[in-house]
Amino acid sequence: MLKLNKKRSFFSIFKPLFFLMKNINNIGRYFIMIKDVFKRFTKGSVLRSLIVQEIHDLTVRSLGIVVFISFFIGAVITIQTALNLSNPLIPKSLIAFAGRQSIILEFSPTFISIIMAGKVGSYITSSIGTMRVTEQIDALEIMGINSLNYLVFPKIVGMMFYPFVIAISMFMGIVGAYFAGVFGGFVDGNLFLQGLQEDFISFHVVYAFIKTVVFAFILATVPAFYGFYMKGGSLEVGKASTTSFVWTSVIIIVTNYIITQLLLS
Amino acid sequence: MIKVENLHKTFGELDVLKGISTTFEQGQTNLIIGQSGSGKTVFLKCMLGLFVPEKGNICYGDMKYRELTPSQKRELRKQIGMVFQGGALFDSMTVEQNVMFPLQMFSDGTKSEMLDRVNEVLKRVNLINANHKFPSEISGGMQKRVSIARAVVNRPKFLFCDEPNSGLDPKTATVIDNLIQEITHEFNITTVVNTHDMNSVFEIGEKIVYLENGKIAWEGDNTIIHKTDNEAVTRFVYSSELYKKVRIAQQKGY
Repeated sequence: MLKLNKKRSFFSIFKPLFFLMKNINNIGRYFIMIKDVFKRFTKGSVLRSLIVQEIHDLTVRSLGIVVFISFFIGAVITIQTALNLSNPLIPKSLIAFAGRQSIILEFSPTFISIIMAGKVGSYITSSIGTMRVTEQIDALEIMGINSLNYLVFPKIVGMMFYPFVIAISMFMGIVGAYFAGVFGGFVDGNLFLQGLQEDFISFHVVYAFIKTVVFAFILATVPAFYGFYMKGGSLEVGKASTTSFVWTSVIIIVTNYIITQLLLS
Repeated sequence: MIKVENLHKTFGELDVLKGISTTFEQGQTNLIIGQSGSGKTVFLKCMLGLFVPEKGNICYGDMKYRELTPSQKRELRKQIGMVFQGGALFDSMTVEQNVMFPLQMFSDGTKSEMLDRVNEVLKRVNLINANHKFPSEISGGMQKRVSIARAVVNRPKFLFCDEPNSGLDPKTATVIDNLIQEITHEFNITTVVNTHDMNSVFEIGEKIVYLENGKIAWEGDNTIIHKTDNEAVTRFVYSSELYKKVRIAQQKGY
């Protein structure tokens, strides 16, 4: 028994190494997948209808939840900022300024993307994973179709409309902030609008949209990777969706750090 | 015609196919039978190009698969129809869209021409008034028929079926078997069916290949399978009580 435990503890030393090796392998497979997505294109007329369908499924159908979350988070940011500004020397217009900066720089591009990793990401993983389990991907391959191009390319194009969703999120976040600030009695309406325009740097919006485009690509491809290469049955489809959500979120957060370091520092 | 020469396939240290050589003739329903784990599915997937064999060759007519360029392989795939065990119909498409899919991908016909061809094939597999239904709205037998329709809509030269009647009741299974055989004769295609259904063996086995441990243990057809003294085949064919009783009755001359 003691011998067995010793053996187990000996191998457990290598556990992080195995984990690292597995993930390095996955990174390699991911980039090979990306290369294959852009090979042997599906017939144009078929691809066009698939792209329109994906724009609808991935972006248009996400608008409701994005509008809802953005409005209320914008409102909460305003209330919390207002309650923390107790110093009478700090102008009330700073409430709007802080709200605008939080929403444009971080909340809309990054946190909405993490929410989308749950909504859009799990949809992509489960739909492609189910196709794998039910041999629909094999059917495409046997017909001589590049299944990666057929399944993933329209999703990448569809997600390129994601910056429009984020633009709406930014707008709704600020609307929420205005409602909470003005109707909650924390700040005067004119003062809010003045704060909203204070020290506005247009590059911050450009930075936010650069991030959004990168996140859109991650949101389309990482879940597709986990769906496409999954093995097993319906239980594994569920597990793949969870794994894809975790890794998509991790990659978004790390990429967010790298982009911020590159563009803003 | 499909000619298989000395086919070997291994997974790690496991030899799944150990030198298979056989010929599947055109206009004939060729059956691959054998117990679970005998290598039937791997053999079928090698023929479909989903698995790459370590050794050996597969010739489709006069084309050696190993010597084909990637674009020639893609052209060959257009001549292959496949009926999957579970149907593998696209869930998001209706019956009509599923059957039309290969035409949309590979033909340059107009939509009305494609629709005519789809209706013709659906009529051939006895599926009428199901065009606008989704796969989840039709029965298992109907799904198999849609799968057959999708496989033959592009007039393939080779048709592969992976356990086409699994999960079906005996009557529907017979209907599917007969349909596969009729289509094979009508379109003069080379059909390879992977099955362990004994009804199929006796009904449509114009050529039967029995696999055991990755090797061909017996070859023949449905007229001689019940007379064979090959122990492995006899054990497999008469494993069910019903067939055992039929055999005893035959031996007694009933």
